[in-house]
Amino acid sequence: MTSPGMTPEEILQKMYDETLLGNAPEVLSLTHQALELNMEPQTLLFDSLIPSLEEVGARFERGDYFVPEMLIAGRAMAGAMEVLRPLLAETGVQTIGKFLMGTVKGDVHDIGKNLVNIMLEGAGFEVIDLGVQVPPERFVEKIIEHEPDIVGMSAFLTTTMPMFKANLNALQKAGLRDQVIVMVGGAPVTQEYADAVGADGYAPDASATVKRAKDLLQKKRALVNA
Amino acid sequence: MVAERGWPVDVLPLPPLLHNHPERIAGEVDELAGELLGRYATVAVGYADCGTYGALDEVCERRGLSRLEGLHCYDIYGGADRIQEIFEAQPGTYVLTDFLVRSFDRTVIAELGLDRHPELRDAYFAHYTRMVWLAQRPDDELRRLAERAAARIGLPLSVVPTGHTGLERALEILLTSTAANPA
Repeated sequence: MTSPGMTPEEILQKMYDETLLGNAPEVLSLTHQALELNMEPQTLLFDSLIPSLEEVGARFERGDYFVPEMLIAGRAMAGAMEVLRPLLAETGVQTIGKFLMGTVKGDVHDIGKNLVNIMLEGAGFEVIDLGVQVPPERFVEKIIEHEPDIVGMSAFLTTTMPMFKANLNALQKAGLRDQVIVMVGGAPVTQEYADAVGADGYAPDASATVKRAKDLLQKKRALVNA
Repeated sequence: MVAERGWPVDVLPLPPLLHNHPERIAGEVDELAGELLGRYATVAVGYADCGTYGALDEVCERRGLSRLEGLHCYDIYGGADRIQEIFEAQPGTYVLTDFLVRSFDRTVIAELGLDRHPELRDAYFAHYTRMVWLAQRPDDELRRLAERAAARIGLPLSVVPTGHTGLERALEILLTSTAANPA
C-alpha cells in the first residue's frame, strides 16, 4: 500500500516495483501522490515507468515473464499515462517517435500487437493504436491525420498476411509511402515475406520491434539531416 | 482410434501444452524423432503444420519423416474448406476441439493468466464474437464443459459436429505414406 510521507525517491522506486508487478491501482495512486508532491510528470515517466517497462521486457526475453505479466504491467503503466499524458503534452516533452499501429483487415488477433504497443510506449514512443480489422483506407486516413514516423501492421493468419501488400499499395497510391517507415509483424511473418511485400522493417517479437523501430528511425532521421 | 483400427502403431505423445507454444513444436519433434528412429523401423509425425510455419517441415525433410497434412488440427477435424468458411463468416471465432474443451481451465484459462488476472479477459477476447466447438466425440460431459468454457469467457457457443473421420482419414494417409517410404 502507498505510505503517506514517502520521499520522491521512494515514490519512484515503489512506482517502478509496482509497475513491474502490474499493480495498476497502486501505480495510479502513486502517480497522484507524486503529482501532489509537485514531482515532474517526465520524472515519473523517464525515471520510473519506462525503466520498469524495460525491465518487464527484459524479463519476458529471459523467459521469466510471460504474456499475462506483460499485459498487467502494461495496464499499470497505461493507467498512470492516462493521468500523465495531458501533463506531459503541456510541458512539451518530446517522445522519441510516433508509431501508428493496427491489425490488418480480416484479422482480429491483437495480443502480439498489444505487447508490442506496451514495449514501444515503455521505450518512449507515442503509440496510436487503430485496433483490429483495419482496412487500407483507414491506414491512409490515419497517416494523414497523425503523421506518424512509423506504421506497424500486424497479421496473425497466413490468410490475412497479403493485406500488408494491399496496405502498402494504398499508401503508394495516396502518395504517402515515402513519408513513413512501414514495419510488419505477426506469428506467420518472416523477414523474407516482409522484404517480398516491400516493408521497411520486420521483427520477430516485441523487444526486437522496439530495437528495429529505433534503428529505422535513426537511419531515416540521419538521411533527412544529411 | 489406433486400438479400434488395430493399427500396429505405438503413439508417443508430446506435452499437450505445446498447443500454446508452437515455436517449440519443431524442436520437440526433432528430439523425440531422433530418439525413436533408433528404436522403430518407421516413424511418423502426428502434427499438422500447427503454427510452426514451416519449421516442422524442415525437421521432417531433414529426418525423412511424413506429417499430417494441413495447417492445423482444425483443418483435420473440420475440413479446410469448412474451417475457412467459419472464419470468413466471423473472423472473431475462437475454436475449440475436444481436447481444448476438456482441458480448458489448464490450456486456456491458466495459460493466459485469467485465473490470476480475470481483468485481462478483454485483453484476450474483446474482439471475439463466438466460440465454435469442433465436436469430435460429443457427450453430455463435454457439452457441459464446452458450455462452461464459453460462459467463462463470455462468448456464445456454436457446436459444429465433425466426428473423427477427418482425423482417421489423415492418419490413414500418413500411415500409408510412411509404410511406403520408411525413414
